[in-house]
Amino acid sequence: MAKYKVLVVDDEPGIRMGTRRILQNFRVDYPFMDEHIEFEILEAPTGEDAIEIIDREMPDIILLDNKLPGIQGIEVLEYVKKKLYDIVVVMITSYASLELAVKATRDGAYDFIPKPFTPQELRGSLENITKQLFLKRMTQKMNKEGKQIRFQFLSLLSHELKAPLNAIEGYLKIMDEKQFGENIQSYKEMISRSLDRVTGMRSLIMDLLDLTKIESGSPVQNFQPTDLTAVAQISIDTMRPYAIQKDVDVYLNTKESVIMNADSKEIEIIFNNLISNAVKYNKRNGRVDIFIKKGGNTLTITVSDSGIGITDEEKARLFQDFVRIKNQKTKNITGSGLGLSIMKKIVEMYHGDIIVDSIPDQGSTFSIVFPIEN
Amino acid sequence: MKKTILIVDDDMDYLFQMKLKVEQFGFETITAESQKEGEMIIESVKPDLAILDLMMESDDSGFILAYRIKRKYPDVPIIIATAVTAETGMSFDINTDENQQWIKADLFLDKGIRADQLQREINKLLKI
Repeated sequence: MAKYKVLVVDDEPGIRMGTRRILQNFRVDYPFMDEHIEFEILEAPTGEDAIEIIDREMPDIILLDNKLPGIQGIEVLEYVKKKLYDIVVVMITSYASLELAVKATRDGAYDFIPKPFTPQELRGSLENITKQLFLKRMTQKMNKEGKQIRFQFLSLLSHELKAPLNAIEGYLKIMDEKQFGENIQSYKEMISRSLDRVTGMRSLIMDLLDLTKIESGSPVQNFQPTDLTAVAQISIDTMRPYAIQKDVDVYLNTKESVIMNADSKEIEIIFNNLISNAVKYNKRNGRVDIFIKKGGNTLTITVSDSGIGITDEEKARLFQDFVRIKNQKTKNITGSGLGLSIMKKIVEMYHGDIIVDSIPDQGSTFSIVFPIEN
Repeated sequence: MKKTILIVDDDMDYLFQMKLKVEQFGFETITAESQKEGEMIIESVKPDLAILDLMMESDDSGFILAYRIKRKYPDVPIIIATAVTAETGMSFDINTDENQQWIKADLFLDKGIRADQLQREINKLLKI
């Protein structure tokens, strides 16, 4: 439950009392809100008192009479605007002339309630204001959080892009200054490292493109009956040169077609990530086994490897952006650190789960479980 | 006798290039590729100065390692070399009192620093 503070500014005690009674047990529910909103009533007989209470209590809503004994309501409104307080001000007045209405609205009053008002009128008006205020604050909050996440992501991204650039630039400078003499052979290792870093950077950019596609809400998702076994085979063919280079055998143990209603491009990203990781973090003469099974209400993709495995501690960090598990065993392996977080986002779009089983030095098994309709 | 500089960085290319530069300045080097490896080295060796990467196994590995080095050898100057400060706006200004209390480093350097600047900073810290 949330509580909004409503400050009633009126020199007539009857109006203040009446407002308190009308709003005391009033609550606003909203279909989109998980919670309902109730009101706490504060009272001020003069504009001067109102300003004091505003500074101290920071109300959410002010019901403001214009005709006050000291400073006028419109001056209280000006004060609120000047201080940039996030308060919704509603003018209550029986002297509601057009001129005042225009001025108050220009100064930021949200609404007018003509006096005298019925309980229904007051409640109706409060309900609208409350919903508007709630939505506005919600939007502000989400914008702020979104910006923060975006900032973190961009910070990490620029770090990840800068590291290979620094490395390549460093090697080029060494070569430019001919620090190891005239013979190009002396620079062979540096050239090969530079090329590795370029490859790493390219795969980061490719992953980023995938991620952008997913995060833009995928308006181009193309759902159709897709044979996962066939997609797995395409992915294996893509990875084959890499697997040969790493001396790892990849087996597709499911031969029959397994059909799922899905976007084949997205399924391919999932397989590419699973298989390339299984090859990448494997041992020489290692193997990768792929199974695709349909049963009951689920469809499960399983990719097992005979690789280096991961610890429980590492497992917890596995799906974060740019996290690459760094240890002695992985130090020569390059990657963007985005693959698994991309895969997780896709799997989530299908309301699926990812299960990771791993024993260090023996291997890991990644299972993707999709719910399906029969 | 040549002074010894400990360099710790998990980017093998950066480590190699930094080692090369520092050796060209006329120092001995010892290198480590992780916070853990760095901790093992300081068990048996006291370097004259340490240059540490910030983000290794964890985002603050450099700080942790700096803390351990300072606890064992309070007189060893520490440089934290990072690519983080420049582009993130996350600035750990070493010169504010507040930060000096918990960041046990003598100097922060951007990873893209020029060799001559680096040499000058190292010499200053070693009082050469």
